Amino acid sequence: MHRLTLAQIARGLAAKEFSSVELSEALLARIAELDPGLNSFITVTAEQALEQARAADARRAAGESGALLGAPIAHKDLFCTKGVRTSCASKILDDFIAPYDATVVERLAAAGCVSLGKLNMDEFAMGSASESSHYGPVRNPWNTECVPGGSSGGSAAAVAARLVPAATGSDTGGSIRQPAALTNLTGLKPTYGRVSRWGMIAYASSLDQGGPLARSAEDCALLLSAMAGFDPKDSTCVDQPVDDYLAALHRPLAGLRIGLPREYFGAGLDPRLSDAVMACVEELKKLGATVKEIGLPSMQHAIPAYYVIAPAEASSNLSRFDGVRFGYRCENPQSLEDLYKRSRGEGFGAEVKRRIMVGTYALSAGYYDAYYLKAQKIRRLIRSDFIGAFQEVDLILGPTTPNPAWKLGEKGDDPVAAYLEDIYTITANLAGIPGLSMPAGFVDGLPVGVQLLAPYFQESRLLNVAHQYQQATDWHQRAPEGY
Amino acid sequence: MQWETVIGLEIHAQLATRSKIFSGSATAFGAEPNTQASLIDLGMPGTLPVLNEETVRMAVRFGLAIEAEIGHTNVFARKNYFYPDLPKGYQTSQMDKPIVGKGHLDITLEDGTLKRIGITRAHLEEDAGKSLHEDFHGMTGIDLNRAGTPLLEIVSEPDIRSAKEAVAYVKAIHALVRYLGICDGNMAEGSLRCDCNVSVRPRGQEAFGTRAEIKNVNSFRFIEKAINHEIQRQIELIEDGGKVIQETRLYDPNKDETRSMRGKEEANDYRYFPCPDLLPVVLEDGFVERLRETLPELPNQKRERFQSQYGLSAYDASVLSASREMAEYFEAVFEVCGDAKLAANWVMGELSSLLNKEGLEIERSPVSAEQLGGLIRRIQDNTISGKIAKMVFEALAADEGASADAIIERKGLKQVTDTGAIESMLDEMLAANAAQVEQYRAADEAKRAKMFGFFVGQAMKASKGKANPGQVNELLKKKLEG
Amino acid sequence: MALERSDVEKIAHLARLGLDDAEIPRTTQTLNDILGLIDRMQAVDTHGIEPLAHPLEATQRLRPDEVTETDHRDAYQAIAPAVENGLYLVPKVIE
Repeated sequence: MHRLTLAQIARGLAAKEFSSVELSEALLARIAELDPGLNSFITVTAEQALEQARAADARRAAGESGALLGAPIAHKDLFCTKGVRTSCASKILDDFIAPYDATVVERLAAAGCVSLGKLNMDEFAMGSASESSHYGPVRNPWNTECVPGGSSGGSAAAVAARLVPAATGSDTGGSIRQPAALTNLTGLKPTYGRVSRWGMIAYASSLDQGGPLARSAEDCALLLSAMAGFDPKDSTCVDQPVDDYLAALHRPLAGLRIGLPREYFGAGLDPRLSDAVMACVEELKKLGATVKEIGLPSMQHAIPAYYVIAPAEASSNLSRFDGVRFGYRCENPQSLEDLYKRSRGEGFGAEVKRRIMVGTYALSAGYYDAYYLKAQKIRRLIRSDFIGAFQEVDLILGPTTPNPAWKLGEKGDDPVAAYLEDIYTITANLAGIPGLSMPAGFVDGLPVGVQLLAPYFQESRLLNVAHQYQQATDWHQRAPEGY
Repeated sequence: MQWETVIGLEIHAQLATRSKIFSGSATAFGAEPNTQASLIDLGMPGTLPVLNEETVRMAVRFGLAIEAEIGHTNVFARKNYFYPDLPKGYQTSQMDKPIVGKGHLDITLEDGTLKRIGITRAHLEEDAGKSLHEDFHGMTGIDLNRAGTPLLEIVSEPDIRSAKEAVAYVKAIHALVRYLGICDGNMAEGSLRCDCNVSVRPRGQEAFGTRAEIKNVNSFRFIEKAINHEIQRQIELIEDGGKVIQETRLYDPNKDETRSMRGKEEANDYRYFPCPDLLPVVLEDGFVERLRETLPELPNQKRERFQSQYGLSAYDASVLSASREMAEYFEAVFEVCGDAKLAANWVMGELSSLLNKEGLEIERSPVSAEQLGGLIRRIQDNTISGKIAKMVFEALAADEGASADAIIERKGLKQVTDTGAIESMLDEMLAANAAQVEQYRAADEAKRAKMFGFFVGQAMKASKGKANPGQVNELLKKKLEG
Repeated sequence: MALERSDVEKIAHLARLGLDDAEIPRTTQTLNDILGLIDRMQAVDTHGIEPLAHPLEATQRLRPDEVTETDHRDAYQAIAPAVENGLYLVPKVIE
């Protein structure tokens, strides 16, 4: 039963082949058996899950239907879940029982989803390996010596290992797309403002966006249909109708204009990944797409700009963790300053502290113009590149990552090397456009992801292209050995 | 050396909205601690702000009232610092692009002349919570009910030259925000708070001296005292060869002195940057124009009208227009009696001292405008004298009758104007004071003038104040001259 | 321009992060590496370019002035480290 996709589950539940309770129990048993080797869950909420499953079965028995009614999922542990610990994988929130539900959690629950628990991640979503968690690193089911990517590494590992058919994630610089690429999943970062950020604990507010990770584009479409939409509680959430993502899946690709940015295929890209990406392009051509080379010249400046803007926002967003109203408080604070410094010093991990300090510095008197303002100007250049490119093409395609998954601990000591891995994904966050990563082959038994980028609010186009590709290929159906 | 004082004020006015600036929590004063602190006000992880539209309307109305440039695109920024009453570790405020830009306000000085005070800007921001320092086993208690209450911070130019001017300016702002209905002006509850930037310089010098900021001075009286104390301190310091340092000081009303907050105050670096959770606020022209149409007649417009329409002095007009309620009261009295001068004298005189004594606001005056107007009418038509009128006023205040007429009737206070009756009363009085009459008649002109008052007094006493004073004067003179 | 130990201490203080003395040299080194990466930005010509704060360049939506919240103090304070009489407690603040 664990091999079923969300779409298959929907059909099975509708046909009464199994109940949500049966399915949930099976998956909970699988989590208990296999997750100790992966560490993808921080909290498993078996009791609440079965309660939700029973409620979903009752709703169905009462005549209700719905593609997600009774479907098991799990949430990245930065979405607030009322009454359930929401830790952001940080010691500072180890005892934080969220007093409310995130909008994403609420919407999926309303659609009938059963949440099996909370998924591991990089602390406060800062990282691309899921190694910085207070609860220990997450392992990649394709090779448990390797990282699953990050920051939504728990989401990726759990879905790839068939512990849960789909999961929520968040993407600030690639945190959905990169782990999806490294674990053979489809992951979508929607347009900034498409999914409400209410209740999604902020890393960098102007870049963060929640989205789905699943084993197919169709499943991403199912989940996104429930997640997306206007929320009056988030000022940056857009009041615009949500497309029919499922209907869009079936559009033929004839006439689709794909742009290949030359900057994505330069030095730094593993040639084996390059080959996999080009093979994907060939496949899309067969499906009717045309391809041309394009330029995104400002992309080369994206990493420095991103590593100013994201830490600057983070330094401010994370000030609320002060040991006063919730979260970790140091033992016996001697003074107010002692309370702050020890609670935060002991509560945050090394990478979080580093980024807070970089951001604090970038905003401080005398440096604001040279760092923050400069980065915001580069941000506009990057956005202009995309707007220009989308005059010529419908979609931009390239690798999601420069390399396949690496070994645990390999880059732990060198943050700059780790930052450089984000090169292909962060531009979409800076510009706010939607991006999707889909499976496109393997290198040394490790998955390779292809990234698709589209103009604002064209999630349906991304899902359409990925779905058509997945109709013609079976990369996405491959499961890691033992899972 | 002759010193000149330079003062600039930052006034924080709590906006009189029902809910907070970024959350749906109530803003009511005096609730149990932390019962009006929502997830957003507490800075819970994952929460986000949404701007209250009423705060925008109120700020724009204020901007229009001070003839300011309106920030058609205004931006919220975060001011980052750690303090336990600041739940998010930053205050959401406005920095580079405030909602209200340069404007001005005219204040009336004591001699009745007008002075224009420049207003640099006014911006929207959220209030912080309160730290309660009473002892909780050596701990401080934090109440976040006030956190997120909307504030309009009004920053003046350094155009103010004395403590009295500062008070006049704060009073003018106070009147204005109350006219506009955007702030209740209750200084005791902290609805209007004032930070004073004070410096001194030798008269004639162009450059400003180093300023000290006196934080949170919360009454008109304390503003005057705190500033005067600070001026004195700075002058003495400089004359003794010392130097004023730029710092924040606290005014202690009990000791009537300011003291440094140094030690606590460190070199702050607020790391302002645009708040990524809020988007730029864009005001359409139509929105601003519609608000302009809703502006009431403002204090200065009212003052001018009172001068031109009623012929009041600049001073009277400014006192009467200082609050909307007082202006309305005055005009209601005038409606009834038709004599602006008398109405003004009574409102500013008897009525104000009564309210002062009772500690009442004019809205809760025990004597209504209708009653006061009725009373004045009886002075005008000679039914009672001014002196009796004061008695009637007191009786009205003590609720001894529904109207001046009722009291005059019941107490028999109607003025005696019958010449015969007054003459016989005077004859009696003069007979009783025969010796003084002798003296008067023997005295010279200057002495006579003095003594005349004595006879008038005796006559009014004999008539229990009811005799018409004009007639008494006239008849008495005739009789004494004999 | 490289950060020195004193700069790092100042930044850590502004951010209210307690650092162990022993950590500071490594932190200084790492921060300098990161700033080295960031400083590549300075080579970009951004003359005449407006800063971009929000990707969509949308405008702020306004909320009606209505009280929509009720008192949940007990629930919210159940997760607080120290409360008494409805107040959050912190070490004594000296004014």
